[in-house]
Amino acid sequence: MTDDDDALVGRPVPRREDRALLTGAAAYTDDLRAPGAAHLAFVRSEASHAHLDDVDVGAATAIDGVLGAFTWADVAASGTPGVLPVASARLDCDVPGHPVLARDRVRYQGQPVAAVVAADRYTARDAVAAVEVTVDPLDAVVDPVAATADGAPTVFADAPDNVAVTTELGDREATARAFADADRVVELDLANNRLVPSALEPRAALASWDDADEQLTVRMTSQSPHGHRRKLATTLGLPERRIRVVAPRVGGGFGHKGHHHPGEAMAAWAARQLDRPVKWTATRSGNSLAGAHGRDHRTTAALAVDDDGTIRGLRAETHAAVGGYGLGGGPVMPGWYGRLLAGQYDVEAIHCETHSVFTNTAPVHSYRGAGRPEAIYVTERLVDAAARELEVDPAALRRRNQVSEFPHETPVGATYDSGDYGRALDEALGAVDWERLRATGRDDAGRYVGVGLACYVESTGGGHESGVVRVHPDGGVTIYAGTHSHGQGHGTTYAQIVADELGVDDDEISVVEGDTERIPTGTGTFGSRSTIAGGNAVAESARAVGEKAREIAAHRLEADPADVEEAGGSFHVTGTDRSVPFADVAAAAYGRGLPAGLEPGLEATTFYEAEGTAYTFGTHVAVVAVDPDTGAVDVERYVAVDDCGPRVNPAIVEGQVHGGVAQGIGQARSEAALYDDDGTLLTDELLRYALPRAADLPDVETRATETPSPHNDLGVKGIGEAGTIAAPPAVVNAVVDALAPLDVEHVDMPLTAERVWRAIEDAGG
Amino acid sequence: MFPPEFDYRRAETVAEALSLLSDHADRDVRLLAGGQGLVADLKAGAATPDLLVDVGDLTSLAGVTVAADRVTVGALATHAEVATSATVREHAPVLGATAEHVADLQVRNRGTVGGNLAEADPTADLPAAVVAADATLHVRGPEGERTVAATRFFEGEGRTVLGSDELLTGVSLPARTAGAYARETHPATGYAMAGVAATLDVADGVVSAAGVAATGVADRPVRLGTVEERVVGAPVEDVDPAAAAAGAAEPIAADRLVGDAHASGEYRLQLLPTVAERAVEQALEGAAAGGGPA
Repeated sequence: MTDDDDALVGRPVPRREDRALLTGAAAYTDDLRAPGAAHLAFVRSEASHAHLDDVDVGAATAIDGVLGAFTWADVAASGTPGVLPVASARLDCDVPGHPVLARDRVRYQGQPVAAVVAADRYTARDAVAAVEVTVDPLDAVVDPVAATADGAPTVFADAPDNVAVTTELGDREATARAFADADRVVELDLANNRLVPSALEPRAALASWDDADEQLTVRMTSQSPHGHRRKLATTLGLPERRIRVVAPRVGGGFGHKGHHHPGEAMAAWAARQLDRPVKWTATRSGNSLAGAHGRDHRTTAALAVDDDGTIRGLRAETHAAVGGYGLGGGPVMPGWYGRLLAGQYDVEAIHCETHSVFTNTAPVHSYRGAGRPEAIYVTERLVDAAARELEVDPAALRRRNQVSEFPHETPVGATYDSGDYGRALDEALGAVDWERLRATGRDDAGRYVGVGLACYVESTGGGHESGVVRVHPDGGVTIYAGTHSHGQGHGTTYAQIVADELGVDDDEISVVEGDTERIPTGTGTFGSRSTIAGGNAVAESARAVGEKAREIAAHRLEADPADVEEAGGSFHVTGTDRSVPFADVAAAAYGRGLPAGLEPGLEATTFYEAEGTAYTFGTHVAVVAVDPDTGAVDVERYVAVDDCGPRVNPAIVEGQVHGGVAQGIGQARSEAALYDDDGTLLTDELLRYALPRAADLPDVETRATETPSPHNDLGVKGIGEAGTIAAPPAVVNAVVDALAPLDVEHVDMPLTAERVWRAIEDAGG
Repeated sequence: MFPPEFDYRRAETVAEALSLLSDHADRDVRLLAGGQGLVADLKAGAATPDLLVDVGDLTSLAGVTVAADRVTVGALATHAEVATSATVREHAPVLGATAEHVADLQVRNRGTVGGNLAEADPTADLPAAVVAADATLHVRGPEGERTVAATRFFEGEGRTVLGSDELLTGVSLPARTAGAYARETHPATGYAMAGVAATLDVADGVVSAAGVAATGVADRPVRLGTVEERVVGAPVEDVDPAAAAAGAAEPIAADRLVGDAHASGEYRLQLLPTVAERAVEQALEGAAAGGGPA
């Protein structure tokens, strides 16, 4: 183990990934070539809900260069299951999964109804227009609350009320008692807007079938290669051992590239069917139409408080849209959002009831934050509403109720491991001069100034992960991890961790991820889990390798292993000048000179699972100015104080926060996937769906506190989603604060200029 | 994804371009200049012409000249040339101030003034500038050259007075003391939710002439006479931009409003006084400083 002074962990080591990314040397899936590769394009349903009467691919098949045009009948005839499974065992109804091509019904606009494969992508896309689709339209339902009303159109016959599953968390009676007993109750109706995950790189796959060995290789945009291998095996009816999934460079994941969609599966199916490589790359509009989308909650929530500021209870009822099909655990996920409803606060009683509801819209699944942004948005909006009701400083109300003893178990089943919530809050307030901003009414331009807080917790790091550390005979090291890096910089951070453990220069260490044939197993990268699960896995393997190396070194040095220590790339006998370089030890591990009883080789494999969930926390502050004439919202300052325990690479942590805050501000200010009443997506391209641009974003000022998690050896907590969790409530609270003099009490996201202007008008401003 | 096949001809002279237009009058012919609108439409399948006539080499249509108190901008002048032209900044500041708002640097480097005006996007920036400036559009056709007042050039979304056998060759603007452009930007398209161009002429410290026009709100650019009349005749230092702009929305007919999910027509309309105030204020600052806004 490297001395603290020389340790790489904790330093902002430049990302080794960036040279290839910035010079264009890095190959993404769509850059990959395979001899004879054909290209697949989907015919997507224009109807949002309809009986599928006929799909005629005859004219498409006749086009020069078209190799095949397929419908569900072809998939069924091949004997392939052809269905993306849904977690039906955890639902209240027995509904089918998502067929890779529509069977007899379409349930959302954009659902694939046919696939065309052609020698080049241009011909494939042109041939799409030659496929004739005949449908018998049905009434559509797009709003998750309306979908549960009597007489609403039914998406699945087996779910007559459109409810996939209703989940209850907490104690209904205890919460009712707390509300009855409390001095005051504040209520809010909140919409958490539906978002289109918009990674710079759309999803893509290049699939090849080796008929001699009966092996399928799918190179694809995956956050979770082993997870996708398992899902593809189910959909294709192949054993996992016959499938290799490789994820090359991937340009952003955000959850979207962890889910199982039709495109990758159909490319694989067609590659086997045609016995030639098949590439599929999503178009931007295909990405928008077919999802999976994120969020889309409608929530009625209330907070019970006493006049002295004690939060007594919280209750919430949420309708969450899951779209026209459940994708895997997509319909189950909303039910767990309530786990974070206590936020940072010691709340006596909480009750949360969540209805996951089928709607004729693109499927919805986890999107950066995956339930935590939805929960913290509810809690932090309620706390601000309570502060207004009690006429107290929202920071003071938060401080009064913050959990201060750990571990802390909440009424909704979360156990917070460690924290110093008050310190992060104080740090944030100090950074922005809270008192002065609170007192500021309007700026020199006449704009209303507001300041908003979001105190958040984030559950991070679930599941197991594999980490292999292999020392080569020349002393170089390769790390293999089951996580996947698509912006997270694992190549840099894992090398830092292992370099410290082994005392090897990080330049001597390579990191390999994203290949089911090279990595024993993996859960993947999502849920802010990689540094916890993957980082500890590679650290543990490195420690095992280091121990073995020390034994070999001691043998070479004819010393007791207890007297041998590693320093500066060599092993030394304490108190002597005798030493042996690490590289010589590595060579010895593969050659002669091993001590008796030691196996040859110098590598270790760890399957790691943390003892419990690590709860990241922090306070974000947004300072906004609102033009009352236009409703335009400027986020003028943004301060993020985050505590993710020890930071392996502070620069990468800050990058995660910057990106997350950008996405969070995007949700708060401009992004919304909008459907009309017929289920037609109005925001199917970026000319209509407003992603935030650089000029729309403030500089994000990042600060850190450091409270280790007791649940893992590195003490780390995840940081990947903090920004998307904290930014929406911070910005909305700031805007509501700004407009308080105009008696505006609530504005739903996104805070478009028109929506804010109308809120001012409606309040009589 | 491949556009349907089309013929392509690169015109060497204006006369050749015109004869190509006449010779192929029975076909769907589109003129290609900077390609910043048309090429995207071709890729999307939104335009399916039979013939593209590329006028990009017609050097006689390029550049900016000034003569006899008029600035003439060739149809092929790029937005970037106009935005950075000292001549434009001195003599037709409204055009330079507006051109710098168009899209992004790459598009400004390729996109042309003529192409932009002929495209007649109701939310584009430049149409407001030429309408505010009392510009004259120069059009060549089989019968020779004709001129059209900018106020009469635009006929609705994507529609102008240009005949299918005609070519917009340039635009000329009377020299003005000051000019400015203000905009509330659409969060998705980057075009105007509401944009206002304002020009002023100042003589002896008094506003002697004013032109104010809006884009982004109606199906074509609209002169805001209600603003102009409150500015003209007043000493520069006495003009109250807010008061002058208060009636900015009045000239817009309700049935010509444009809107979308981000910004309804009603909302765009109510933005106008605020945006017009900003444009007038900046133009006044320019007048005080002796030209366009700093």
